[in-house]
Amino acid sequence: MAIVFQRPHALKEKPLHYCPGCTHGIVHRLVAEVIDELGIEGITIGVSPVGCAYNNYEYFECDMVQAAHGRAPAVATGIKRVHPDKVVFTYQGDGDLAAIGTAEIIHAANRGEKITTIFINNAIYGMTSGQMAPTTLEGQVTTTTPFGRKPELHGYPVRVCEMISTLGGAVFVERVSVCDIKNINNTKRAIKKAFQVQMAGKGFSLVEVLSTCPTNWGLDPVEALQWLKDNMEPFYRLGNFKGKDLEV
Amino acid sequence: MQHEIIIAGFGGQGILSAGRLLAYAGMLENKNVSWLPSYGPEMRGGTANCHVIISDEAVGSPILNSCTSLIVMNGPSLEKFENMVVPGGIIITDKSLVPEGPQRKDVDVFEVPATQMASDMGNLTFANIILLGKLVAATGMVSVESFETALYKVLPEKYHHLIPNEMEAFRKGMEY
Amino acid sequence: MGEKLLMKGNEVIAEAAIRAGCRYYFGYPITPQTEIMHYIAKKFPSIGGTFIQAESEVAAINMVYGAAAAGARVMTSSSSPGISLKQEGLSYIAGAELPAVIVNIVRCGPGLGGILPSQGDYFQAVKGGGHGDYKMVVLAPSSIQELYELTVEAFNIADRYRIAVMIMGDGTLGQMMETVEFRDREEIEEADKSWAVTGTRMEREHNVITSIYIDPEVLEDLNNRLQAKYRIIEQREVRVETYNCDGADIIVSAFGTVARIVKNVIRMAEKEGIRVGLIRPITLWPFPTETFRKYAEVPAAFLSVELNAGQMVEDVRLAVNGKREVYFYGRTGGMIPTQKEILDKIREIYKNSR
Repeated sequence: MAIVFQRPHALKEKPLHYCPGCTHGIVHRLVAEVIDELGIEGITIGVSPVGCAYNNYEYFECDMVQAAHGRAPAVATGIKRVHPDKVVFTYQGDGDLAAIGTAEIIHAANRGEKITTIFINNAIYGMTSGQMAPTTLEGQVTTTTPFGRKPELHGYPVRVCEMISTLGGAVFVERVSVCDIKNINNTKRAIKKAFQVQMAGKGFSLVEVLSTCPTNWGLDPVEALQWLKDNMEPFYRLGNFKGKDLEV
Repeated sequence: MQHEIIIAGFGGQGILSAGRLLAYAGMLENKNVSWLPSYGPEMRGGTANCHVIISDEAVGSPILNSCTSLIVMNGPSLEKFENMVVPGGIIITDKSLVPEGPQRKDVDVFEVPATQMASDMGNLTFANIILLGKLVAATGMVSVESFETALYKVLPEKYHHLIPNEMEAFRKGMEY
Repeated sequence: MGEKLLMKGNEVIAEAAIRAGCRYYFGYPITPQTEIMHYIAKKFPSIGGTFIQAESEVAAINMVYGAAAAGARVMTSSSSPGISLKQEGLSYIAGAELPAVIVNIVRCGPGLGGILPSQGDYFQAVKGGGHGDYKMVVLAPSSIQELYELTVEAFNIADRYRIAVMIMGDGTLGQMMETVEFRDREEIEEADKSWAVTGTRMEREHNVITSIYIDPEVLEDLNNRLQAKYRIIEQREVRVETYNCDGADIIVSAFGTVARIVKNVIRMAEKEGIRVGLIRPITLWPFPTETFRKYAEVPAAFLSVELNAGQMVEDVRLAVNGKREVYFYGRTGGMIPTQKEILDKIREIYKNSR
């Protein structure tokens, strides 16, 4: 009997701890599939963030390093500079990357570190239970913006791809979504390209994945996907911001 | 025997490098040496000084609370350090820049118009070397040969062609 | 030994690190230690080293974390305010049991303070400046030659125990020049780094470097293991210089630059018929407690002299354990006690203790 679907080798056989309907699992799987398809598991080193995905070192078969909150790009820099022949990626959420770790991501990108960042944007802090993230939308209710995000009080949502793509060292920057099958397939393509860009030694690559957090959004999984489409996609424009035609 | 030297003046007069040359020459004679530059707020206003120790014994503190020899290349430095010289010690001033000499009567004073002499030689940067010549002549703390070797060791190669002239300046200082 | 050289303390640290096989350095500029970075920036390209001027101290220490996790000999250096920023990373390095060398050329605080010499970071260094129960080995050289020896040794200790080692100097030591003789080649201890992230090559289970353990039992196990390691280090790695202690009337404790001033004072006191001894901790942690215990009943009293408001004196008191009075004399703000000030204090203690 032909096997048509199975767990990617790069993903350990271990139940994920994420909430029902959370899209972290999808993105983990896509990263693992890409690692399998590129045949790079033995030379890949991942860096885990602080946030809901803090322990994804338990899920990936490749070597993994857990980093302090926001510091994954600096840690990845250290690893990659020691092992320039390895493939190094960070996996970071919006609090980790766009708040406490803003300096680290900007400067790793600007130095053109040959690493790949998978950036999960779900517009909220998950692990610490639903506080405002830098990417929380205007008017969005969170546990620290109980009356909605007000720009005059809380500032504006941060568009990471737009910001990173201005930097010289960032060569591949794309925003994708996992709201449906078509977009999931497109996400995998973007992640694969980002890894290939790194392997070709071109520079820094980042894929921002618009994701859901049903638990902290207070929605069921299907409503959450719809909310992502209706609210996040209009503000966070999907598409490639840099490196679309890069030869890899 | 322990020589404790303070060299002080404006930044750009070669204060720190003069101290370094002296320490290097001492090291070449297997003496124990230390060199400590001023840094930080002391440097405000463009003043510079360094503490140099050349000793037969192991060097204790590199920070001098008193000194056996003082070279000063500006007025404020004389004012600041004059009283740190031990009785029987030596004060050497650049008379071209410090017209009013030291007040102290219990030390040997040598007022050398080093900047004028250097100017006459066509190179103002020799003033510090002239004063070092006077110091070495007065104390014998290092030999002329060691000093010349130190010049070759300390100065970048692109300045080595100047060393014969520097040694001429050094001897003029010794003989003044 | 090779040729005698006259070198600045900061440059010697950099040269010693290179000789110890360090090829990764991450740092952020701050006075009075920037010559370390300048030296490395100049030397590294020709020897295949990697230097990054990081965007912050925080980033620099995390690059150190990454490079150490990847199995490299790695160093960062800074001065007090920068070291404060590195505390987060140092705690993670301790938790993840990574070897790393951190140089602190201490300046005076608190806050931005000033750039002149200080020993005000003693507590931060030896009591654990970051969060959690952890220790760093802290080395306190007092001469340029020792700066070289201890920098090399720092890398060996770090690898031997998978621990962060701090070299703690002060601005005087960093800025001064003294004779140094380098060995022709260094004894670089080969360490087992099979734990490092180097890629599995599909030949082994994946390696994970982490400091997070949500399960309390597992985390307590880690803490117990760390503490057991620290006890071994306390047994094996204490370094201390004792000078003139047998039959001393007063024993002074001092480290780094201050110990050198005290040595001058000892000669001055001798002329007045006061025999002064010196215990100079070379490792501030592990602290030479046994040495103080051994001499606890020899002098009439102890005196700790420090460039702070009284920090190491607490460890001296713990070690002397009430057997003798332990006095303190210190200056702060970048002021350095003169030999006379220290001698006056010794005279006073000597008079009172008779």
